[in-house]
Amino acid sequence: MATLNYQELIPNNVDLGGNRQLQRALEHWQPRFISWWKELGPERYQGADVYLRTATSVDIKGWATYGYVKMPEYRWGIFLAEQEPDRRIGFGDFYGQPVWQQVPADFRSVLRRLIVTQGDTEPASVEQQRLLGLTAPSLYDLRNLFQVNVEEGRHLWAMVYLLHAHFGRDGREEAEELLARHSGDADKPRILGTFNEPISDWLSFFMFTYFTDRDGKYQLKSLAESAFDPLARSCRFMLTEEAYHMHVGENGIGRIVRRTLEVMKEIGSEDPDAVRRAGAIDLATIQRYVNFWFSSSLDLFGSEQSSNAATSFANGIKGRPDEATFDDHLAIDKVWEIDAPDGAGGIRLDAVPLRNAMNEVTRRAFIADCETGFVRWNRLIEKAGYQARLSLPSGRFRRAIGVWANQPVAPDGAIIPREAWEARKAGWLPSEADGAFIRSLMRQVVEPGKVAGWIAPPGRGVDHLPADYEYVKFH
Amino acid sequence: MFVFDRHPSRYRHWKLTFDGAVATLSMDVDENGGLVEGYALKLNSYDLGVDIELSDALQRIRFEHPEVRTVVITSAKERMFCAGANIYMLGASSHAWKVNFCKFTNETRNGIEDSSRHSGLKFLAAVNGACAGGGYEMALACDEILMIDDRSSTISLPEVPLLGVLPGTGGLSRLVDKRKVRRDLADLFCTNPDGIRADRAKAWGLVDATAAPRDMVAKTKERALALAVGSDRPANAKGVELTPIDRRIKDDNRIDYDCVSVEIDRARRIATIMVRAPEVLPPSDIAAIEAEGAGWWPLRMARELDDAILMLRLNALDIGLWVLRTRGDAPHVVAADTSLAEHAAHWFVRETIGLLRRTLARLDVSSRSLYAVVDEESCFAGTLAELLMAADRSYMIDRTASGEAGPSLMLSQANFGLYPTVSGRTRLVARFNDETAPERLKAHIGEAFDAPAALAAGLVTVTPDDLDWEEEIRLALDDRASLSPDALTGMEASLRFAGSETMETKIFGRLSAWQNWIFNRPNAVGDKGALKLFGSGSKAQFDWQRV
Repeated sequence: MATLNYQELIPNNVDLGGNRQLQRALEHWQPRFISWWKELGPERYQGADVYLRTATSVDIKGWATYGYVKMPEYRWGIFLAEQEPDRRIGFGDFYGQPVWQQVPADFRSVLRRLIVTQGDTEPASVEQQRLLGLTAPSLYDLRNLFQVNVEEGRHLWAMVYLLHAHFGRDGREEAEELLARHSGDADKPRILGTFNEPISDWLSFFMFTYFTDRDGKYQLKSLAESAFDPLARSCRFMLTEEAYHMHVGENGIGRIVRRTLEVMKEIGSEDPDAVRRAGAIDLATIQRYVNFWFSSSLDLFGSEQSSNAATSFANGIKGRPDEATFDDHLAIDKVWEIDAPDGAGGIRLDAVPLRNAMNEVTRRAFIADCETGFVRWNRLIEKAGYQARLSLPSGRFRRAIGVWANQPVAPDGAIIPREAWEARKAGWLPSEADGAFIRSLMRQVVEPGKVAGWIAPPGRGVDHLPADYEYVKFH
Repeated sequence: MFVFDRHPSRYRHWKLTFDGAVATLSMDVDENGGLVEGYALKLNSYDLGVDIELSDALQRIRFEHPEVRTVVITSAKERMFCAGANIYMLGASSHAWKVNFCKFTNETRNGIEDSSRHSGLKFLAAVNGACAGGGYEMALACDEILMIDDRSSTISLPEVPLLGVLPGTGGLSRLVDKRKVRRDLADLFCTNPDGIRADRAKAWGLVDATAAPRDMVAKTKERALALAVGSDRPANAKGVELTPIDRRIKDDNRIDYDCVSVEIDRARRIATIMVRAPEVLPPSDIAAIEAEGAGWWPLRMARELDDAILMLRLNALDIGLWVLRTRGDAPHVVAADTSLAEHAAHWFVRETIGLLRRTLARLDVSSRSLYAVVDEESCFAGTLAELLMAADRSYMIDRTASGEAGPSLMLSQANFGLYPTVSGRTRLVARFNDETAPERLKAHIGEAFDAPAALAAGLVTVTPDDLDWEEEIRLALDDRASLSPDALTGMEASLRFAGSETMETKIFGRLSAWQNWIFNRPNAVGDKGALKLFGSGSKAQFDWQRV
């Protein structure tokens, strides 16, 4: 491992000090990043002391160093997972060859595009969430939000490092553009549509961290397999941080469910209106938010049949998540069956060359991973003695990309008449009224130990500290 | 059999709207609306069917909407202008289909420029999202390109790096010839599969202006109206409806229209295209001409001939020799020509001349042998004499040995500048490759050239006498039909366009020849070729020898 130089402006384990040119380029970019953070990062709390985790190295001791820090002074660093000696390309046409430490000329543009697209989502999510601090349900949650935010910022650093170090002048220009595009800006929007919608309430935030960040996890897992070793190593380290974001989502939704169950018990009713009147979020509304966020996250994986996916796999750019667990890493002459609407109200199976179906392979793994939280939440509901259950809708439901785009499909996956879909969608997806109700609950609670009424207190705190610890100190 | 009839009420891929002097053509390709099975038209990619609708829309704007001065070509899709020709369609198509597709799309784009040059119809490409390959080439055909600057949309010509082929609709030539992009920058641009964003596109001259997303609509309107100022299309004229072409197909070997018919001899691989002069004297008064509308002989004949050419090209690949014949009264044609020349400034007449010009140009670039046969009842006069001059060679019966008059040829004003070819010269000049030829022949406008006179003047190739006529023609046709179709295509294309090059001749000559060569090479279409492998993920394996 390269030695860390804490005196440097930019903490890193990539021997930045040994590459003056690269260091200068990044030092040039850093003040722009900081001014972007101050302008579009979390609103109002830039001066607060936040109890944050900072990565100071990639080993077990250093990757989670806790302490109070003002966010603009956060030490965003560049960390790649340890280099594996003699690592070989694990899939595709170059299977078994040594991985690349430099970008091959013919894959420069596809790699750059992947890194830019991934990189663009990181600052985008910070921008989407910038007002959430004003309605945090507790200091603990406020701190978690900021933790997620600064780590998305670090992931941006990771991608910017790759652009600067490996993509020449085009890379530097792309790094500038990552700060020039802004979420929801009509003139300079973020690349992916979903990342242009503000996240204005905490139920959505938890859904985002549960579903959308999990999409991020699967993208990172695919890129962690890449033949381009610096990218693979970057992503492997990012995954350790991403896991926490999903924990925030799972924990948040779980606490909401717990509180809802408490209220149902207290009032002796499951009636959604009664639950709402008592200040909690009824299970039906939670289900509608699940339906919305799950389906929009599925779209992020792209079309079921994709030439880009095939090209990326064949060329070793992007593998399957956990590629090593598959038997066959070439995926030639194999097909994958994809269900598609047959145009006559039924479903047909299309046999797609496996390489072209890689988006779908990844999406399936994502869906399976999404199930874990539901098992826990439903156990809570069951233990409380209720029949209701939360569940994932079908992968065909409310899709905007791929073979199921704009098809009238019920949450159970059945194709239904379009009129029926229109008539019933209000019961399946969050309505304006749902949004208004959720927003009406969003009142900031920042006294240490206090928690808003629509969510249960956390079971335990961060870094072995109590849940009611003063995680954020205002001045 | 594929036909070219379309109507705006049935478009699947375009939305055509009108606002005063500005028409907007919004591309909104129906993914599932491919002309043939086997591919989805994703991301506003196009196939022949999409382009046939575009061509129809342009034709209707020209004739049915004389008030339109600027056509805005844009996209109705979000953040996607046009991804170009559909690659899966190309990958799955036969060589002949690809070539036909490229030729038609090229003619449509040339038609855009032709209308701008001759008819005051201006075009603005409002590139409101990602724009690749044929999408950018469509924009290049417009007078002006306005590109959205949203910090991520790019324009590109990714054919070489991604597909191992060339941009097939004039992109390379238009970059350097039309837009005067420096050739080293063009070289960078054409090898970058990701394309470039708006700011650099503007700096390199690939687009004329850029606009932020919020200003795009307003700026589009502003530029469209500014272009309209330079146009003299009339504000208050009444359009002429393009009624459906009355096409009657019989037994797969005969197509009849009102003044054109096609007869196919499958065994001999010969098609005879017969064009008939007006049966009665056509009107000379502009009001009467307008009243005839789509029934006016020059327009009707042009539409029918155009359709016949397209039908034969697409549906009768092995019919390699087209025999051009005419029937009717020369004075009627000359009368129509006189009206065309006299009212050439009138919008409707100007558009009709334009359609004739483009139809004759379509004939010029058709990869079929063209023979004109001037027989007893023929009528190669004026506009119809252009067919004779478009032909690779012509045969005229000589009856002087029998002491009879025989048929004659006649030139009219129409032969002296109404229908420049794609090389910019008239067919007369191109025929003799001599700029002074018109002066020599102008004095003979309206005169009847009998066979000896026509031969002496160099207007016909061979004049067999009536004793041998039938046999001579039979031998001439069968002989031609027996030669290698590939060699003939190359030979004819080389001989037809003598003189200096224009952008169009480069597109139909240089680009088409290179592209068709590449389309046949293993590096593109072999099992490991780039075009073949596109979408499978595998990298092409090239034969590295430069040829």
